[in-house]
Amino acid sequence: MHESWQQFWAMGGYAPYVWGSYAIAAIVIVGNIVTPVLVHRHIARRIKNEEYDD
Amino acid sequence: MTRTRRRRLMLVGGLFVGLAAATALALTAFSENILYFYQPSEIVAGDVPTHTRFRIGGLVENGSVDRNSDDLLVRFTLADCQASVPVQFRGTLPDLFREGQGIVAYGELNESGQFVADEVLAKHDENYMSPDVADAMKDESGESCMPTNMQAKR
Amino acid sequence: MLWLHRFGSLPYFYRVSRPIAIALAVPGVLLAAYGVYGGLVNAPVDYQQGDAFRILYIHVPSAWLSLFGYTSMAIAGVVALVWRLKLAEIFLVAAAPVGASFTFLALVTGAIWGKPMWGTWWVWDARLTSELILLFLYLGVIALHNAIESPRTAARACALLSVVGVINVPIIHYSVEWWNTLHQGPTVTRFGRPAMEMDMLWPLLCAALGFTLMFGWLTLWNMRAQLLWRERRSRWAKKVFSDA
Repeated sequence: MHESWQQFWAMGGYAPYVWGSYAIAAIVIVGNIVTPVLVHRHIARRIKNEEYDD
Repeated sequence: MTRTRRRRLMLVGGLFVGLAAATALALTAFSENILYFYQPSEIVAGDVPTHTRFRIGGLVENGSVDRNSDDLLVRFTLADCQASVPVQFRGTLPDLFREGQGIVAYGELNESGQFVADEVLAKHDENYMSPDVADAMKDESGESCMPTNMQAKR
Repeated sequence: MLWLHRFGSLPYFYRVSRPIAIALAVPGVLLAAYGVYGGLVNAPVDYQQGDAFRILYIHVPSAWLSLFGYTSMAIAGVVALVWRLKLAEIFLVAAAPVGASFTFLALVTGAIWGKPMWGTWWVWDARLTSELILLFLYLGVIALHNAIESPRTAARACALLSVVGVINVPIIHYSVEWWNTLHQGPTVTRFGRPAMEMDMLWPLLCAALGFTLMFGWLTLWNMRAQLLWRERRSRWAKKVFSDA
């Protein structure tokens, strides 16, 4: 438990390590959400435009 | 289950068992080289060849840490239940380094029986607790001279 | 068994996978957020590691998912090889990148934790080495899938690698007991005296469960894209998108 917000962000001197880990985690998770959506959209558009019919 | 499916299942199962056996054999052969460390009593008993680099694992003895502020040289002794070995190290110590902590050091013995380390790694145990609980537990637990997580597996 | 057959039908699966994915995503994200919040804000500092131990709330769920993901791929692999179920093939191909990214996360957060605590980013101990091999197995499945043109042959090769590679999963789990490792022993799965205070353990379990649900969601998301690609020339796929 932290005394103040300032102390919370400081993470007892381990701020770069803790927040670095969480930042990388956020990037990885967002990437996992966005990539299949983009791929799906791309394929769906090409199906609609009948680009796979040749 | 049809015949073909049973055959496929046997094939996959057979392949898996074969590979598992091969892996088990390979692992037993290699196991000695994975972070193998000696305990202080083995070193004092002379079980370790001189002039070779090896790892030593033990607890940092209470009151043994001597930091020289001028040249960053740190001296301490590493102990298990029977013996202790003096260690010297120049460099930055991990944050978990403290008296009573289990550590693994890499280096070699010099002529005077001192272990000259060029790498000191801290090994923490599987317990997580707040400082209050840790204080409360200190009284009831008869601290072992060599906790199980620091005992070398042979 | 009838529902299983219906579920095996690709158009049916495509239709129901979206609401199922959302049903996994909502509790998954909420639980993970609750767990991470509890770990970062409410949990007390560790008596030895201070605040650095809070990396645990990413590291442990990721490491758990790396094992869970590969095991689920191996099970799907058996189904794909023996019963030739298309959906099982699609599952294991779709789960691979998700599993790989969480394995990567487990390794990276472990390294970031190891630097201040152990004194090194990396050590070739049995736990770290076997987890790195797991990442290579995941990447192998992905590479195999990309390298083989025919989707069914590719999926079968991937299934075989998943089944064979699952040997590594118990090795990773027991590595800390079988060999001298710098990595500490198991905390959560240990019997007897609890090795972790409830205030620390509870958020960790929530985060792990949340991550697991999210794994299901993200894999379903990938499966939908994978499925659509395979069925891009089918009549039902065209029908789905001509109506819209």
